[in-house]
Amino acid sequence: MNGVDPGFYLVLAALMFTIGVVGVLTRRNAIVMFMFIELMLNAVNLVFVTFARMHGEVAGQVLVFFVLVVAAAEVVVGLAIILLIARRRGTADVDEASLLRW
Amino acid sequence: MNLEVIVFGVMFVVALGCSMAMLFAPNAVHVALFLVGSQVALAVAFLLQGAFFVAIVQIIVYAGAIMVLFLFVIMLLGVDKREALTEPLAGQRPFALGLGALLAAQVLYVVLRGVDFVAGGGEGGPEALEAVNQDPGNVKALANVLFSRYLLPFEVTSILLVVAIVGVMVLARRIGDTGSRPISQPSESDGPQPIGAGSAGAQPGAVASAGAQSQGEPA
Repeated sequence: MNGVDPGFYLVLAALMFTIGVVGVLTRRNAIVMFMFIELMLNAVNLVFVTFARMHGEVAGQVLVFFVLVVAAAEVVVGLAIILLIARRRGTADVDEASLLRW
Repeated sequence: MNLEVIVFGVMFVVALGCSMAMLFAPNAVHVALFLVGSQVALAVAFLLQGAFFVAIVQIIVYAGAIMVLFLFVIMLLGVDKREALTEPLAGQRPFALGLGALLAAQVLYVVLRGVDFVAGGGEGGPEALEAVNQDPGNVKALANVLFSRYLLPFEVTSILLVVAIVGVMVLARRIGDTGSRPISQPSESDGPQPIGAGSAGAQPGAVASAGAQSQGEPA
């Protein structure tokens, strides 16, 4: 398994993370923004796995496991909050939730 | 070895392509599907790097459970609503793109400069991981580490999940349904309602919203 240099995986992860950041900054649907956050978490997972391979240790893969669990909990709570906001306002558009804006 | 390069190339293109397509898809469902595509591609990347357990969990938990949850909520809120891709805030999109390019440049700089530094730090290289994957096996090696060195975080994780479950139950409770009603008569008004009850009406009046819900059009 020495074919591909680990740096390429890191480059892929960096690009995906950047795309996730740009998505969160540009999209306005709360659910879509949430999916871009998932994309960022995925990119970080790829970094963990790559470092696990570079160091020859499985601890990085254990950390991916923890990230997965936290992401699952985050998704559940976040989607419930989005659902509540959408119920109250009729849309999941983040620009509509402007109660605290002055 | 050559095969790995080919698989990596395909995976690279699919992952990046799906991620880019997420940016430009106007419909939330399409975004979700592209996200599934990039997650499956990442699972292939995990397989290529010898993280077999993580790859399978990635597909089952991420591409399976979490994305189903996303699609469920998208459907609950109404699929037909297209997100307006025009930006009301003047200049936000170019600004965001500029910041994104800056971030990409920074992260890529760190990656390209830092790889040698990081790679020199570990005890073993990829060969060590391969040996571990051969001898106790990937899952066993993960379990050995998880249930010894990371036992406390593992237990904290279980607390986190319980807190999340309780929190969601509190959040999803209908407003006005304070539980003061005796349990013995849960009868006519809220009996036939589906689980996501009240998603349509937003009013506390349960009967009215039940009527609106049977027509299946939220908001």
